[in-house]
Amino acid sequence: MAKIHVNTSINGEVVEFLCEPHETLLDVLRNDLQLTGTKEGCASGDCGACSVTVNDALVCSCLVLGVEAEGAEIGTIEGVSNKDQLHVIQQKFLEHAALQCGICTPGLVVSTKKLLEENPNPTEEQARYYLAGNLCRCTGYDKIIRAVMDAAETMRGAA
Amino acid sequence: MPVVEYKVPENIDAAVSMLSNTKLSTKVMAGGTDLIIQSRAQSSDPLVVIDIKRIDSMMTAAIVDGGLHLGPSMSCAQLTARSDIKAIYPGLVEAAYLIGSTQVQGRCSVGGNLCNASPAADTIPALIVNGAECVIHGPKGERTVAAEDFAVGVGRNCMEQGELLTRIQIPAPAAKTSDAYLRFIPRTEMDIAVAGAAVSVTLDADGTCTAARVSIGAVATTALLVTEAADALIGTKLEDAALNAAAAAATAASKPITDRRGTIEFRRHVVGVLTRRAAVIAAQRAKEK
Repeated sequence: MAKIHVNTSINGEVVEFLCEPHETLLDVLRNDLQLTGTKEGCASGDCGACSVTVNDALVCSCLVLGVEAEGAEIGTIEGVSNKDQLHVIQQKFLEHAALQCGICTPGLVVSTKKLLEENPNPTEEQARYYLAGNLCRCTGYDKIIRAVMDAAETMRGAA
Repeated sequence: MPVVEYKVPENIDAAVSMLSNTKLSTKVMAGGTDLIIQSRAQSSDPLVVIDIKRIDSMMTAAIVDGGLHLGPSMSCAQLTARSDIKAIYPGLVEAAYLIGSTQVQGRCSVGGNLCNASPAADTIPALIVNGAECVIHGPKGERTVAAEDFAVGVGRNCMEQGELLTRIQIPAPAAKTSDAYLRFIPRTEMDIAVAGAAVSVTLDADGTCTAARVSIGAVATTALLVTEAADALIGTKLEDAALNAAAAAATAASKPITDRRGTIEFRRHVVGVLTRRAAVIAAQRAKEK
Protein backbone atom coordinates (compact mmCIF):
# COMPACT_ATOMS: atom_id res chain seq x y z
CA MET A 1 0.00 0.00 0.00
CA ALA A 2 1.45 3.30 -1.05
CA LYS A 3 1.60 5.96 1.58
CA ILE A 4 -0.05 9.26 0.79
CA HIS A 5 1.73 12.58 1.24
CA VAL A 6 -0.37 15.08 3.20
CA ASN A 7 0.22 18.81 3.69
CA THR A 8 -1.65 20.32 6.59
CA SER A 9 -1.52 22.88 9.36
CA ILE A 10 -1.53 21.86 13.01
CA ASN A 11 -1.87 24.52 15.68
CA GLY A 12 -0.87 27.13 13.12
CA GLU A 13 2.29 25.34 11.96
CA VAL A 14 2.80 23.86 8.52
CA VAL A 15 3.13 20.08 8.83
CA GLU A 16 3.73 17.34 6.27
CA PHE A 17 3.33 13.65 6.86
CA LEU A 18 2.95 10.33 5.06
CA CYS A 19 0.12 8.00 5.97
CA GLU A 20 -1.75 4.91 4.88
CA PRO A 21 -5.32 5.46 3.62
CA HIS A 22 -6.80 3.62 6.61
CA GLU A 23 -4.90 5.52 9.31
CA THR A 24 -7.00 7.91 11.34
CA LEU A 25 -6.02 11.46 12.14
CA LEU A 26 -5.67 10.24 15.73
CA ASP A 27 -3.17 7.57 14.63
CA VAL A 28 -1.19 10.18 12.70
CA LEU A 29 -1.14 12.71 15.53
CA ARG A 30 -0.05 10.22 18.16
CA ASN A 31 2.13 7.73 16.26
CA ASP A 32 3.68 9.75 13.46
CA LEU A 33 3.76 13.31 14.78
CA GLN A 34 4.30 12.52 18.47
CA LEU A 35 1.44 14.82 19.44
CA THR A 36 0.36 12.45 22.19
CA GLY A 37 -1.74 14.94 24.12
CA THR A 38 -4.76 13.78 22.12
CA LYS A 39 -5.93 10.53 23.73
CA GLU A 40 -7.51 7.40 22.34
CA GLY A 41 -10.48 6.24 24.39
CA CYS A 42 -13.11 4.23 22.54
CA ALA A 43 -11.84 4.65 18.94
CA SER A 44 -15.49 4.69 17.83
CA GLY A 45 -16.52 8.32 18.27
CA ASP A 46 -18.40 7.82 21.51
CA CYS A 47 -16.08 9.16 24.22
CA GLY A 48 -14.59 12.41 22.91
CA ALA A 49 -11.11 11.80 24.38
CA CYS A 50 -9.61 12.38 20.92
CA SER A 51 -11.44 15.69 20.29
CA VAL A 52 -9.64 18.11 17.97
CA THR A 53 -10.79 20.85 15.65
CA VAL A 54 -10.63 20.45 11.86
CA ASN A 55 -11.32 23.68 9.97
CA ASP A 56 -13.04 25.02 13.06
CA ALA A 57 -15.37 22.03 13.51
CA LEU A 58 -15.08 20.04 16.72
CA VAL A 59 -14.61 16.39 15.76
CA CYS A 60 -13.38 13.06 17.07
CA SER A 61 -10.01 12.50 15.44
CA CYS A 62 -10.63 8.72 15.58
CA LEU A 63 -13.42 9.28 13.03
CA VAL A 64 -11.31 11.33 10.60
CA LEU A 65 -8.90 9.74 8.14
CA GLY A 66 -5.39 11.16 8.25
CA VAL A 67 -5.53 11.81 4.51
CA GLU A 68 -8.50 14.12 5.07
CA ALA A 69 -6.14 16.56 6.79
CA GLU A 70 -4.84 17.69 3.37
CA GLY A 71 -5.14 21.48 3.24
CA ALA A 72 -7.00 21.59 6.55
CA GLU A 73 -6.32 23.51 9.73
CA ILE A 74 -6.11 21.20 12.71
CA GLY A 75 -6.22 22.32 16.33
CA THR A 76 -5.09 19.99 19.14
CA ILE A 77 -4.59 20.22 22.89
CA GLU A 78 -0.92 21.10 22.25
CA GLY A 79 -2.06 24.41 20.75
CA VAL A 80 -4.22 25.48 23.68
CA SER A 81 -1.62 26.86 26.11
CA ASN A 82 0.63 29.80 25.30
CA LYS A 83 3.94 27.94 25.68
CA ASP A 84 4.32 27.43 29.47
CA GLN A 85 1.40 29.74 30.25
CA LEU A 86 -1.68 27.58 30.78
CA HIS A 87 -4.93 28.62 29.14
CA VAL A 88 -7.59 29.84 31.56
CA ILE A 89 -9.59 26.67 30.90
CA GLN A 90 -6.61 24.47 31.83
CA GLN A 91 -5.96 26.58 34.94
CA LYS A 92 -9.58 26.26 36.05
CA PHE A 93 -9.55 22.48 35.51
CA LEU A 94 -6.59 22.36 37.92
CA GLU A 95 -8.16 24.73 40.47
CA HIS A 96 -11.44 22.82 40.55
CA ALA A 97 -9.72 19.40 40.52
CA ALA A 98 -11.75 18.62 37.41
CA LEU A 99 -9.68 15.57 36.57
CA GLN A 100 -8.45 12.38 38.13
CA CYS A 101 -6.94 9.91 35.66
CA GLY A 102 -6.68 12.63 33.01
CA ILE A 103 -7.50 10.59 29.89
CA CYS A 104 -10.62 12.66 29.13
CA THR A 105 -9.00 16.00 30.02
CA PRO A 106 -7.37 17.02 26.72
CA GLY A 107 -10.61 16.32 24.85
CA LEU A 108 -12.64 18.20 27.43
CA VAL A 109 -10.32 21.20 27.29
CA VAL A 110 -10.44 21.30 23.46
CA SER A 111 -14.25 20.96 23.53
CA THR A 112 -14.65 23.60 26.25
CA LYS A 113 -12.49 26.02 24.29
CA LYS A 114 -14.74 25.55 21.26
CA LEU A 115 -17.88 25.86 23.39
CA LEU A 116 -16.73 29.18 24.82
CA GLU A 117 -15.76 30.49 21.39
CA GLU A 118 -19.28 29.76 20.16
CA ASN A 119 -21.06 30.78 23.34
CA PRO A 120 -19.04 32.82 25.85
CA ASN A 121 -21.89 32.83 28.35
CA PRO A 122 -23.42 29.32 28.40
CA THR A 123 -25.92 28.18 30.98
CA GLU A 124 -24.89 25.11 32.93
CA GLU A 125 -27.43 23.12 30.94
CA GLN A 126 -26.01 24.35 27.62
CA ALA A 127 -22.49 23.46 28.78
CA ARG A 128 -23.60 19.97 29.85
CA TYR A 129 -25.32 19.30 26.52
CA TYR A 130 -22.42 20.66 24.49
CA LEU A 131 -19.96 18.48 26.39
CA ALA A 132 -22.17 15.37 26.41
CA GLY A 133 -19.85 13.74 23.88
CA ASN A 134 -16.90 13.94 26.27
CA LEU A 135 -17.15 11.05 28.69
CA CYS A 136 -15.38 11.08 32.05
CA ARG A 137 -15.50 7.99 34.27
CA CYS A 138 -13.74 9.58 37.28
CA THR A 139 -15.17 12.93 38.26
CA GLY A 140 -18.93 12.55 37.92
CA TYR A 141 -18.76 15.72 35.77
CA ASP A 142 -19.67 18.15 38.54
CA LYS A 143 -16.16 19.49 39.02
CA ILE A 144 -15.70 19.67 35.25
CA ILE A 145 -18.81 21.78 34.87
CA ARG A 146 -17.72 24.05 37.76
CA ALA A 147 -14.37 24.53 36.03
CA VAL A 148 -16.06 25.27 32.69
CA MET A 149 -18.46 27.80 34.21
CA ASP A 150 -15.64 29.49 36.15
CA ALA A 151 -13.44 29.61 33.05
CA ALA A 152 -16.30 31.15 31.07
CA GLU A 153 -16.81 33.83 33.70
CA THR A 154 -13.08 34.59 33.90
CA MET A 155 -12.75 34.77 30.12
CA ARG A 156 -15.75 37.11 29.87
CA GLY A 157 -14.14 39.34 32.49
CA ALA A 158 -10.86 39.43 30.57
CA ALA A 159 -12.49 40.10 27.20
CA MET B 1 -12.93 -3.71 5.28
CA PRO B 2 -9.69 -1.75 5.69
CA VAL B 3 -9.48 1.36 3.56
CA VAL B 4 -6.85 0.68 0.89
CA GLU B 5 -7.42 3.60 -1.41
CA TYR B 6 -8.63 7.15 -0.92
CA LYS B 7 -9.92 9.28 -3.79
CA VAL B 8 -10.99 12.91 -3.83
CA PRO B 9 -13.11 13.81 -6.88
CA GLU B 10 -13.48 17.50 -7.66
CA ASN B 11 -16.88 17.29 -9.27
CA ILE B 12 -19.91 15.04 -9.49
CA ASP B 13 -19.04 13.56 -12.88
CA ALA B 14 -15.61 12.55 -11.62
CA ALA B 15 -17.19 10.99 -8.52
CA VAL B 16 -19.71 9.01 -10.60
CA SER B 17 -16.95 7.83 -12.90
CA MET B 18 -14.85 6.69 -9.91
CA LEU B 19 -17.87 4.88 -8.46
CA SER B 20 -18.63 3.14 -11.76
CA ASN B 21 -15.11 2.12 -12.77
CA THR B 22 -13.86 0.07 -9.90
CA LYS B 23 -13.29 -3.60 -9.23
CA LEU B 24 -12.92 -3.17 -5.49
CA SER B 25 -15.68 -2.50 -3.02
CA THR B 26 -16.21 1.27 -3.13
CA LYS B 27 -17.98 3.55 -0.68
CA VAL B 28 -18.74 7.24 -0.75
CA MET B 29 -17.60 9.05 2.37
CA ALA B 30 -19.12 12.26 3.67
CA GLY B 31 -18.52 12.72 7.42
CA GLY B 32 -17.44 9.12 7.85
CA THR B 33 -19.07 8.77 11.27
CA ASP B 34 -20.71 5.53 10.16
CA LEU B 35 -18.35 4.51 7.35
CA ILE B 36 -15.07 4.66 9.26
CA ILE B 37 -16.49 2.50 12.04
CA GLN B 38 -17.96 0.05 9.51
CA SER B 39 -14.63 -0.08 7.67
CA ARG B 40 -13.01 -1.45 10.81
CA ALA B 41 -15.76 -3.81 11.91
CA GLN B 42 -16.66 -5.73 8.82
CA SER B 43 -14.99 -8.52 6.79
CA SER B 44 -11.56 -8.05 5.35
CA ASP B 45 -12.48 -6.96 1.81
CA PRO B 46 -10.31 -4.02 0.80
CA LEU B 47 -12.30 -0.80 0.52
CA VAL B 48 -11.92 2.22 -1.75
CA VAL B 49 -13.20 5.42 -0.17
CA ILE B 50 -14.42 8.30 -2.32
CA ASP B 51 -14.41 11.49 -0.26
CA ILE B 52 -16.93 13.87 -1.82
CA LYS B 53 -16.37 16.78 0.61
CA ARG B 54 -14.29 18.75 -1.90
CA ILE B 55 -17.32 19.12 -4.18
CA ASP B 56 -18.87 22.47 -3.30
CA SER B 57 -22.46 21.60 -4.19
CA MET B 58 -22.32 18.59 -1.86
CA MET B 59 -21.35 20.82 1.09
CA THR B 60 -23.60 23.86 0.79
CA ALA B 61 -27.27 24.68 1.20
CA ALA B 62 -29.41 27.34 -0.42
CA ILE B 63 -32.97 28.55 -0.09
CA VAL B 64 -34.40 28.42 -3.64
CA ASP B 65 -37.91 29.79 -4.27
CA GLY B 66 -38.74 29.33 -0.60
CA GLY B 67 -37.62 25.69 -0.57
CA LEU B 68 -34.31 24.07 0.29
CA HIS B 69 -31.54 22.71 -1.90
CA LEU B 70 -29.38 20.85 0.59
CA GLY B 71 -25.94 19.52 -0.22
CA PRO B 72 -26.16 15.99 1.17
CA SER B 73 -22.73 16.10 2.81
CA MET B 74 -23.03 19.44 4.62
CA SER B 75 -22.30 18.77 8.29
CA CYS B 76 -25.19 18.85 10.71
CA ALA B 77 -23.25 21.46 12.73
CA GLN B 78 -23.35 23.76 9.71
CA LEU B 79 -26.98 22.95 8.98
CA THR B 80 -28.22 23.54 12.52
CA ALA B 81 -26.38 26.88 12.63
CA ARG B 82 -28.49 28.11 9.67
CA SER B 83 -31.33 30.17 11.18
CA ASP B 84 -32.83 30.71 7.70
CA ILE B 85 -33.31 26.97 7.25
CA LYS B 86 -34.51 26.46 10.81
CA ALA B 87 -37.17 29.12 10.31
CA ILE B 88 -38.67 27.14 7.42
CA TYR B 89 -38.16 23.53 8.60
CA PRO B 90 -37.70 23.58 12.39
CA GLY B 91 -38.53 19.87 12.67
CA LEU B 92 -35.89 18.86 10.15
CA VAL B 93 -33.25 20.96 11.88
CA GLU B 94 -34.15 19.57 15.31
CA ALA B 95 -33.87 16.04 13.90
CA ALA B 96 -30.42 16.84 12.51
CA TYR B 97 -29.44 18.33 15.87
CA LEU B 98 -30.29 15.09 17.69
CA ILE B 99 -27.70 12.99 15.86
CA GLY B 100 -24.75 12.14 18.10
CA SER B 101 -22.54 14.46 20.09
CA THR B 102 -21.17 17.91 19.26
CA GLN B 103 -18.16 16.08 17.81
CA VAL B 104 -20.31 13.82 15.61
CA GLN B 105 -22.37 16.87 14.56
CA GLY B 106 -19.15 18.37 13.21
CA ARG B 107 -18.94 15.58 10.63
CA CYS B 108 -22.27 13.81 10.18
CA SER B 109 -24.68 14.85 7.46
CA VAL B 110 -28.30 14.48 6.41
CA GLY B 111 -27.22 12.73 3.20
CA GLY B 112 -25.10 10.31 5.19
CA ASN B 113 -28.03 9.65 7.51
CA LEU B 114 -30.18 8.86 4.46
CA CYS B 115 -27.62 6.67 2.69
CA ASN B 116 -26.70 4.73 5.84
CA ALA B 117 -30.42 3.88 5.99
CA SER B 118 -30.63 3.00 9.66
CA PRO B 119 -34.24 2.29 10.65
CA ALA B 120 -33.64 4.73 13.53
CA ALA B 121 -32.19 7.57 11.40
CA ASP B 122 -33.54 10.78 12.91
CA THR B 123 -33.60 12.96 9.80
CA ILE B 124 -35.45 10.53 7.51
CA PRO B 125 -38.96 10.95 9.05
CA ALA B 126 -38.41 14.73 9.05
CA LEU B 127 -37.39 14.65 5.37
CA ILE B 128 -40.41 12.49 4.52
CA VAL B 129 -42.99 14.81 6.11
CA ASN B 130 -41.46 17.77 4.28
CA GLY B 131 -41.82 16.02 0.92
CA ALA B 132 -38.07 15.86 0.34
CA GLU B 133 -36.78 14.48 -2.94
CA CYS B 134 -33.41 12.81 -3.34
CA VAL B 135 -31.59 13.74 -6.54
CA ILE B 136 -29.30 10.92 -7.64
CA HIS B 137 -26.60 11.08 -10.33
CA GLY B 138 -25.35 7.94 -11.99
CA PRO B 139 -23.85 6.55 -15.17
CA LYS B 140 -27.30 6.71 -16.81
CA GLY B 141 -27.95 10.32 -15.82
CA GLU B 142 -30.05 11.90 -13.14
CA ARG B 143 -33.13 10.60 -11.34
CA THR B 144 -35.20 11.71 -8.37
CA VAL B 145 -36.54 9.51 -5.58
CA ALA B 146 -38.97 10.53 -2.83
CA ALA B 147 -37.43 10.45 0.66
CA GLU B 148 -39.89 7.73 1.74
CA ASP B 149 -38.63 5.48 -1.07
CA PHE B 150 -34.90 6.08 -0.60
CA ALA B 151 -34.23 3.55 2.16
CA VAL B 152 -35.34 0.07 1.10
CA GLY B 153 -34.26 -2.00 4.09
CA VAL B 154 -32.06 -2.05 7.16
CA GLY B 155 -28.84 -0.38 6.02
CA ARG B 156 -29.90 -0.57 2.38
CA ASN B 157 -30.83 2.29 0.06
CA CYS B 158 -32.26 2.42 -3.46
CA MET B 159 -29.05 3.44 -5.21
CA GLU B 160 -27.33 1.16 -7.70
CA GLN B 161 -23.61 0.84 -8.31
CA GLY B 162 -22.17 4.04 -9.68
CA GLU B 163 -24.92 6.24 -8.28
CA LEU B 164 -24.38 9.19 -5.96
CA LEU B 165 -26.87 11.22 -3.92
CA THR B 166 -26.11 14.77 -5.08
CA ARG B 167 -28.90 16.94 -3.71
CA ILE B 168 -31.77 16.83 -1.25
CA GLN B 169 -34.55 19.05 -2.54
CA ILE B 170 -37.37 20.15 -0.28
CA PRO B 171 -40.29 22.15 -1.67
CA ALA B 172 -41.36 25.44 -0.16
CA PRO B 173 -43.97 24.77 2.51
CA ALA B 174 -47.49 26.18 1.99
CA ALA B 175 -48.58 29.13 4.13
CA LYS B 176 -49.22 28.28 7.81
CA THR B 177 -47.28 25.02 7.52
CA SER B 178 -44.75 23.74 9.99
CA ASP B 179 -43.14 20.54 11.20
CA ALA B 180 -41.81 18.85 14.31
CA TYR B 181 -39.76 15.75 15.11
CA LEU B 182 -39.66 13.93 18.43
CA ARG B 183 -37.89 10.75 19.42
CA PHE B 184 -37.78 8.66 22.55
CA ILE B 185 -34.43 7.70 24.05
CA PRO B 186 -33.85 6.47 27.60
CA ARG B 187 -31.20 9.14 28.22
CA THR B 188 -31.28 12.86 27.48
CA GLU B 189 -28.50 12.95 24.87
CA MET B 190 -26.22 10.78 22.73
CA ASP B 191 -28.50 7.88 21.98
CA ILE B 192 -30.32 6.14 19.13
CA ALA B 193 -34.09 6.49 18.74
CA VAL B 194 -36.22 3.76 20.28
CA ALA B 195 -39.10 5.32 18.37
CA GLY B 196 -39.44 8.61 16.47
CA ALA B 197 -42.20 10.62 14.83
CA ALA B 198 -42.25 13.59 12.49
CA VAL B 199 -45.39 15.54 11.63
CA SER B 200 -46.04 18.39 9.21
CA VAL B 201 -49.36 20.23 9.29
CA THR B 202 -50.94 23.03 7.28
CA LEU B 203 -53.65 25.14 8.92
CA ASP B 204 -56.17 27.50 7.39
CA ALA B 205 -57.18 30.89 8.83
CA ASP B 206 -59.52 29.43 11.43
CA GLY B 207 -57.08 26.72 12.53
CA THR B 208 -58.47 23.78 10.59
CA CYS B 209 -55.83 21.34 9.38
CA THR B 210 -55.96 21.28 5.59
CA ALA B 211 -52.93 19.11 4.90
CA ALA B 212 -50.68 16.86 6.96
CA ARG B 213 -47.92 14.30 6.66
CA VAL B 214 -46.84 11.87 9.36
CA SER B 215 -43.75 9.67 9.34
CA ILE B 216 -42.53 7.29 12.01
CA GLY B 217 -39.02 5.97 12.61
CA ALA B 218 -37.30 3.10 14.43
CA VAL B 219 -40.51 1.04 14.37
CA ALA B 220 -40.00 -0.79 11.05
CA THR B 221 -37.11 -1.69 8.74
CA THR B 222 -37.36 1.81 7.25
CA ALA B 223 -39.05 5.05 8.26
CA LEU B 224 -42.71 4.87 7.24
CA LEU B 225 -45.03 7.48 5.72
CA VAL B 226 -48.33 6.95 7.54
CA THR B 227 -51.14 8.42 5.43
CA GLU B 228 -53.82 7.04 7.80
CA ALA B 229 -52.38 9.17 10.63
CA ALA B 230 -52.30 12.26 8.40
CA ASP B 231 -55.89 11.59 7.26
CA ALA B 232 -56.97 11.53 10.92
CA LEU B 233 -55.68 15.10 11.29
CA ILE B 234 -56.90 16.61 8.01
CA GLY B 235 -60.23 18.43 8.28
CA THR B 236 -60.04 18.71 12.08
CA LYS B 237 -58.94 21.45 14.43
CA LEU B 238 -56.60 18.91 16.03
CA GLU B 239 -58.91 18.24 18.93
CA ASP B 240 -58.17 15.34 21.28
CA ALA B 241 -60.23 12.93 19.22
CA ALA B 242 -58.24 13.70 16.06
CA LEU B 243 -54.90 13.53 17.86
CA ASN B 244 -55.87 10.22 19.46
CA ALA B 245 -56.93 8.84 16.08
CA ALA B 246 -53.60 9.90 14.54
CA ALA B 247 -51.73 8.28 17.44
CA ALA B 248 -53.72 5.07 17.00
CA ALA B 249 -53.02 5.07 13.25
CA ALA B 250 -49.28 5.48 13.87
CA THR B 251 -49.35 2.63 16.38
CA ALA B 252 -51.29 0.47 13.94
CA ALA B 253 -48.85 1.17 11.09
CA SER B 254 -45.75 0.42 13.16
CA LYS B 255 -44.00 -2.94 12.76
CA PRO B 256 -41.27 -2.78 15.38
CA ILE B 257 -39.01 -5.49 16.76
CA THR B 258 -38.01 -6.18 20.33
CA ASP B 259 -34.34 -5.49 21.00
CA ARG B 260 -32.23 -4.24 23.87
CA ARG B 261 -33.55 -0.71 23.42
CA GLY B 262 -37.24 -1.51 23.63
CA THR B 263 -39.98 -4.10 23.23
CA ILE B 264 -42.55 -4.32 20.45
CA GLU B 265 -45.35 -3.30 22.85
CA PHE B 266 -43.42 -0.31 24.20
CA ARG B 267 -42.42 0.96 20.75
CA ARG B 268 -45.94 0.65 19.39
CA HIS B 269 -47.31 2.67 22.28
CA VAL B 270 -44.58 5.30 22.32
CA VAL B 271 -44.67 5.94 18.58
CA GLY B 272 -48.35 6.90 18.96
CA VAL B 273 -47.58 9.24 21.87
CA LEU B 274 -44.76 10.87 19.90
CA THR B 275 -46.99 11.31 16.84
CA ARG B 276 -49.62 13.04 18.94
CA ARG B 277 -47.09 15.33 20.64
CA ALA B 278 -45.27 16.17 17.40
CA ALA B 279 -48.61 17.08 15.78
CA VAL B 280 -49.35 19.49 18.65
CA ILE B 281 -45.92 21.14 18.32
CA ALA B 282 -46.12 21.37 14.52
CA ALA B 283 -49.60 22.94 14.78
CA GLN B 284 -48.40 25.47 17.33
CA ARG B 285 -45.53 26.42 15.03
CA ALA B 286 -47.87 26.65 12.04
CA LYS B 287 -50.15 29.00 13.99
CA GLU B 288 -47.21 31.28 14.78
CA LYS B 289 -46.25 31.60 11.11
